[in-house]
Amino acid sequence: MSGRIAAFKLAIVQAKPRKGEFEANLAALGEVFAQLAAEPRPYDLIVLPEAALTGYFLEGAVYELALPAEALAERLGDLWRARGGATPVDIVAGFYENADGTYYNAALYLQVEAGGQTIRHVHRKLFLPTYGVFDEERFLSRGRRVDAFDSRFGRMAMLVCEDVWHAIVPTIAALKGARALIVPSASPARGLDGDGELESVRRWEELLRAYAAEHGVFIFYAGLAGFEGGKGMTGSSRIVGPRGETLAAAPALGACVLRAEIDFGEVDVARANLPLLGDLNAVLPDLLFDEALRLGRPQA
Amino acid sequence: MIAADLPVIDVAAYEPSLAIDCALAARWLEAFLSDELRERRGIGRAVVGLSGGVDSAVTAFLCARALGPENVWAIRMPYVSSSPASLSDAQLVIDALGCNARTIDISAAVDGYLQYEADADARRRGNVMARTRTLVLFDQSQKLGALPIGTGNKTERLMGYFTWHADDSPPLNPLGDLFKTQVWALARHLGVPEGVVAKAPSADLEANQTDESDLGITYALADRILALLLLGYDDARIALRGYAPRDVALVRARVEGTHWKRHLPTTAMLSNTAINEFYLRPVDY
Repeated sequence: MSGRIAAFKLAIVQAKPRKGEFEANLAALGEVFAQLAAEPRPYDLIVLPEAALTGYFLEGAVYELALPAEALAERLGDLWRARGGATPVDIVAGFYENADGTYYNAALYLQVEAGGQTIRHVHRKLFLPTYGVFDEERFLSRGRRVDAFDSRFGRMAMLVCEDVWHAIVPTIAALKGARALIVPSASPARGLDGDGELESVRRWEELLRAYAAEHGVFIFYAGLAGFEGGKGMTGSSRIVGPRGETLAAAPALGACVLRAEIDFGEVDVARANLPLLGDLNAVLPDLLFDEALRLGRPQA
Repeated sequence: MIAADLPVIDVAAYEPSLAIDCALAARWLEAFLSDELRERRGIGRAVVGLSGGVDSAVTAFLCARALGPENVWAIRMPYVSSSPASLSDAQLVIDALGCNARTIDISAAVDGYLQYEADADARRRGNVMARTRTLVLFDQSQKLGALPIGTGNKTERLMGYFTWHADDSPPLNPLGDLFKTQVWALARHLGVPEGVVAKAPSADLEANQTDESDLGITYALADRILALLLLGYDDARIALRGYAPRDVALVRARVEGTHWKRHLPTTAMLSNTAINEFYLRPVDY
């Protein structure tokens, strides 16, 4: 680890969109961009929740509101240049993607500059909850890969909501070199018997802290807020450091911004003290090349 | 080494907790009402039919927290045979909140119809009263630029203990996912007058009627059985936890006999675009 500290300034925008009103929600995001741009030190990375500009539960209306990643990238790039200013910024947004008539619950990582914008990565949600209150796979297709990608600040991966509830997914992202897991999410509240905290929120915090500590990664969790047909989205955006410590947490209710300076050098320090990811890399082949697991090649 | 008298720790069979964090529940339901009324619909007023019972009292308290008591209208709707205690208990709630209040006697409206149906039994008469009260609440809401707020709890919804498309018809219902025993806990947290919380729940459609005698089981017991039943436990596994098979069977029969009451009317499907079958849009879209 060199002595150079390359911190970047992060905003997690806990959005509370109006259901289905994409243009109005985009205009509201423009107000947030203007607020962020008014700070003396510019932001480097802005993270929005899952379905940030439409609301989460859309049922058949998802086909009316889904759009190509390039189209969303252009709208967000234009919006930042119009309201955010001339400084470059990276933006992550959860959205419903129309990929030539195949529909995904996706997250976009966008690098915006004065002259245009570049899509760094699109992650398509792998695990579409289709049980109980959830009905995603009735309307959407599954993503098939989890990838890490290089940003201006270092290697990252995006995982959407239930992707993170399967321990192997953040594990693979970390094995592929991600130093931060960006998690856009929309989680409806369940469980009132906690001590001042919803059970579903507590479960999220336990998961995120455990993964961050095990792999020595930052986690940027952006939670959607607001009520959707009686289902209250639990916000509770949070930033978890690579020792598993919660660095900041937003309330469950209402829109807000979480602000942090992130130094990826913390990842190196954490991993030096608890080298579990290195241990896993060493043992992984023994674990996976185990005939009892019956890991064939996936079907095309 | 194995000692002779090691302490043994027994593990009880799993039972879902019915305890709730009342402060959290109150905060959440207040936000629900505020979001749904003010932010989504642009409506700042609520109408609550105040029966003198705990469910409508809690609903009125939550509405007052969300909108301010000056924006809550408590409507008492006695019938000639209603218990005077229902009126006076409702008055305790009105006094505690300082909200708007009105008493509209439904006797003439109900009897205006029932005079032609002299042989109507208690169930039919009760349904006519419940539907007349719904008519009043919706009309008063229209007049006041308000929304009627439902008061049904999860227990009565599961047991089918309500008049279909009457008690369950208001567009917003803050208590519908709370069991009756949880509503009691929330009532005490909110400061609902103790006399309202402690009295035996009654639909007050007939003299000396109580919910628990109508249902044949106490709410405390029904709620615990319901909580297990909803999770998918079969009768044998519920009984294994110490519940009488007769009580388990009673609760299951009520739930399984009333699924229709928790749905919209059954519509004959004839196309590939049937509403709510193929054409699916969320309620807030």
